[in-house]
Amino acid sequence: MSAPARILIVEDEAPIRRFLTIALGSAGHETLEADGGRKGLELAATRAPDLVILDLGLPDMDGRAVIAAIREWSRVPVLVLSVRDGEGDKIAALDAGADDYVTKPFATGELLARVRVLLRKQATSAEDAPEIAAGSLKVNLAARTVSRDGRDVKLTRKEFDVLALLARHAGRLVSHKQMLTDVWGPAHATDTHYLRIAIGHLRDKLGDDAADPRLIITEPGVGYRLQIIADRVSGAGG
Amino acid sequence: MALSDPDRPHPESFLDAARAEGAGRRARGRLKIFLGASPGVGKTYAMLEEARVRQRSGIDVVAALIETHGRADTAGLLGYLEQLPRARIDYRGQTLGELDVDGLIARRPQLALIDEFAHTNVPGSRHPKRWQDVMEVLDAGIDVVTTLNIQHLESLNDAIAQITGVRVQETVPDEVLHSADQIELIDLPPEELIARLKDGKVYAAQQAGQALENFFTRGKLTALREMALRSVAGHVDADMLAYMREHAISGIWPAEERLLVCVNETGAGKALVRAGKRMAERMKIPWLAATVVTPRHEAMSPEARAGTMAALRLAETLGAEVAILRAESDVAGELLRFARERNVTRLVVGRPPPGPLLRRLPRLWREPVLDRLLNAAADIEITVLTPRAGALRRRALARRPLRPEWRAYGWACAAVAAASLAAWPAARWDAVPAGVLTVMYLSAVLVVGSRFGLGPSLAAGVLGFLTYNFLYTEPYYTFLVSGGSDIVSLSVFLLGAIFTGTLASRLKAQVEAMRASQARTETLYAFARRIASVTKADDVLWAAVAHIAKALDCHAIILTPDAAGTLQQVQGHPTIADDLDAKAEGAARWAFDKGEPAGTGTGTLPNSAWLFVPLATASHPFGVVGVRFRDPSRATDPDMRRLLLAVEDQVAVAIERNQLSDDLANARVAQESDRLRAALLNAVSHDLRTPLVSVIGATSALADGMDDLPDASRRELAQTALDEARRLDRTVQNLLDMTRLGHGALKPRRMAADLREIVGRVRADLERTLAHHTLRLVLPPDLPLLDVDPVLVGQVLANLLENAAKYAPAGTPITLEAGREGGHVRIAVSDRGPGIPEEQREAVFDLFHRAARGDSAPAGTGMGLAIVKGFVEAHGGSVAAGAGADGHGTRIVVTLPVARDAEDRP
Repeated sequence: MSAPARILIVEDEAPIRRFLTIALGSAGHETLEADGGRKGLELAATRAPDLVILDLGLPDMDGRAVIAAIREWSRVPVLVLSVRDGEGDKIAALDAGADDYVTKPFATGELLARVRVLLRKQATSAEDAPEIAAGSLKVNLAARTVSRDGRDVKLTRKEFDVLALLARHAGRLVSHKQMLTDVWGPAHATDTHYLRIAIGHLRDKLGDDAADPRLIITEPGVGYRLQIIADRVSGAGG
Repeated sequence: MALSDPDRPHPESFLDAARAEGAGRRARGRLKIFLGASPGVGKTYAMLEEARVRQRSGIDVVAALIETHGRADTAGLLGYLEQLPRARIDYRGQTLGELDVDGLIARRPQLALIDEFAHTNVPGSRHPKRWQDVMEVLDAGIDVVTTLNIQHLESLNDAIAQITGVRVQETVPDEVLHSADQIELIDLPPEELIARLKDGKVYAAQQAGQALENFFTRGKLTALREMALRSVAGHVDADMLAYMREHAISGIWPAEERLLVCVNETGAGKALVRAGKRMAERMKIPWLAATVVTPRHEAMSPEARAGTMAALRLAETLGAEVAILRAESDVAGELLRFARERNVTRLVVGRPPPGPLLRRLPRLWREPVLDRLLNAAADIEITVLTPRAGALRRRALARRPLRPEWRAYGWACAAVAAASLAAWPAARWDAVPAGVLTVMYLSAVLVVGSRFGLGPSLAAGVLGFLTYNFLYTEPYYTFLVSGGSDIVSLSVFLLGAIFTGTLASRLKAQVEAMRASQARTETLYAFARRIASVTKADDVLWAAVAHIAKALDCHAIILTPDAAGTLQQVQGHPTIADDLDAKAEGAARWAFDKGEPAGTGTGTLPNSAWLFVPLATASHPFGVVGVRFRDPSRATDPDMRRLLLAVEDQVAVAIERNQLSDDLANARVAQESDRLRAALLNAVSHDLRTPLVSVIGATSALADGMDDLPDASRRELAQTALDEARRLDRTVQNLLDMTRLGHGALKPRRMAADLREIVGRVRADLERTLAHHTLRLVLPPDLPLLDVDPVLVGQVLANLLENAAKYAPAGTPITLEAGREGGHVRIAVSDRGPGIPEEQREAVFDLFHRAARGDSAPAGTGMGLAIVKGFVEAHGGSVAAGAGADGHGTRIVVTLPVARDAEDRP
């Protein structure tokens, strides 16, 4: 279980705020509640939360505007609550600076897992560990080596860069745009077929099946996510 | 017509009263006529004075049309009244003023003054006669006061023509006068009138002298005055009689007596009808007019037939009941049968004029109609009139086409020549008896008679007689006769020839009549057959114009009202008429509005080239048929009218039938969509409520008994609530998807997508749903990328897999295979469920198919497959259901397009 954190919930529906408060409270977190964007921004500025859970459909402000405002002065992780079929909204939110999303309706287990990942990310990026383990997969960032179940896997440079990016954000959604910009450079931000080919090769080499993925999860039209299986089993963070 | 109870009011009196009340004292205006014996008695003046009195009592009076004839006192009175401008009608370069009927109806006063009731309107007006204008004004509910001189009364027309020597063309039917609510006689002794005339009060001075000499003689004026007085008195009597009949007061009329005028083709029908009317008036009894049509009638000249029909129409306007009787040959018998049936006590017949010799010959052996009537009708009083109609008769004869007749006589000569040719060798042969030769000649007469009618057959008879005499009687080769036996045989031959010729010609007439009537029946049947098979109203109308145009040899059109109520041509044969003038349009409008024929041959707008007949179903009028004949006289042909009416009936029936079947179909569609809507509502409310029941039940149990429940039960309740909530979520998602599809708001965000990735995602989402089945994936490694929206295709696959899981028994495999097929990828989802019956394989993709079936199959609105179809088709793909590989279960195949850059897939 991750360290207790202060989490700001920005959501206009009171019942959703209530069960989020209960679920997060039972995981040991302190919660702050805001029923609108302005109130949320105020609390984010004055109470310094460790994480913001933000509903995109707010009555007083556009969710993206809230993210952009927060990003002006803070790197606090933002988890977006989005409705289904809102792929465009999700991408826009991610582009504005959100870190991940959960689609409504969601199970609290899923939400808590995302929260855990986002809180841990704060820690890992601070440590900047040379080796990242995700279940049976080990990625050594310094030596640029990869092994699965103890066996070394040969990767090209781009393939390694993609995997390293996913591993650094293990459990977290990485958008197409972010991966393309980081690995191939800003000029190739829309060349999704580069990414698709690299992911395909990665899956082949790591023994993962796109039709039944265990490692690299596809978020259709949005991005990829490196699955942390051990995480689920142990229920423990990094 | 013997009534069992003589004091009971006569049934017809109820009818009269009902008609009077129904047709509406309520709506119809009242008519008052100022009747005078001659011009100048002061009718117009009296009318204006009355108008002033009524105006003072607060009645809204308009002088719609007043002729002052330059009389100062009349003009002075007129000054007090509001005058309606006259309608201007252009006629032969002159602009003439007539009564503005439409203007008057639009102005809608309580009382309108309309002078000179009998006036004939300028050609081009709506009605030929002003009295018809007045009828329309009355129909519009406006009271009318008008003026009339006695000499204009139809039934007195002949009598007054005899008295004054001047025949008045402008006549008013007696019926109209009798329909007046009030008649006021303006009486002026002849001396005073002559004095007024001399003072120049009637006509301007220079005209007066001439008028005095010709018309206003003392004797003539006295006679006219008497007639006017008698006629008003008759009207008063009729009023009284009506009252008595209504109240069952017996007297005056001993029994139901009737007078029957028998009209025949002598050309004097009209005079006969007028005479009959006068007799009936004098006797104060109802009267009838009838004609008998025989097969011979068909062969008569159109002029003669038209004369009969004109006489009958006149009788109708004079208030007679009119009948057309049919008989094979016994005209007198038919007349008597009709007369007895209608309780006729008096017959009026015309004496046939002395015709040409040929026409009179039949009387030698056949009793003329008149004689038969006189002999057979001992109980009926018969009046025989001898009209002077010779001129008409001669004209009718002269107009007959000669050429065909001459040809017929030529054939008669030829037939006799042929008979002679055949007889010549026979006569040389002794074995042939002399009688055979006679038979040969008689045969020739028979043939001519059956082909060409009476005249030629008689000619053949005479010619045969002469030839026979010339060739075969002694002395040979002369026209002399020597032996007594020859004289006898020649006489017998001549009689035989005449008899056979007559018989043969009668036969011919009957055959022709039958043929004509058969042709009519056949065309009508053909028409009925044709419109019985068409289903659209347009086709019925087209068939109708085509039939009318062909059967009547005319140009036929049909007009129906458009949305704005304007009559538009919808059909025409041979084409739509592009030359409908204002007159024709007016006539069409009239026919449509009033439900009566209008145009040529009728009393309304007769100088239009077209005749319009209304088309109406039992409930309402829906259009008019217009016909234009090449030969305008056909417009009054009764046969034509009959055919037109028959066609019109058929059309109305067909249209009504179509309307009924349309209504029925609409009702069915409405019923079907009602049923669907109800099914949808049921299914949706079922699918939304059922999960909620579980959710509320489970969570309320949790909320209420938090502490008492064992942990296992708590977990189970929570799990149930969760599962059901997810099901609810899927239903809501389906409803949203369906709505998006229904509104066309669905725009796939296409991109190059890997089917495996989509399958992977779906599989993860459906983990719980597929828990009891094995999902087998058959995805070849070289599967190309798809050009699709991965989210929507994910939904498609999810629905297909969910559907399969729902129907396939637990533990059975569900297979998802994919393969390239040209520019598409084919994705098949198969299960081992019960399968879909072949006849329903298309229907399962219809919205709410399952719901509409109303069965108890596993839960779900049945939207799943409809959404699959909608999403796949939005990508330009297709979907079909079939049986599984081994004939068991269901296999649903979806095709989706391959991405264009798919070739570079590793």
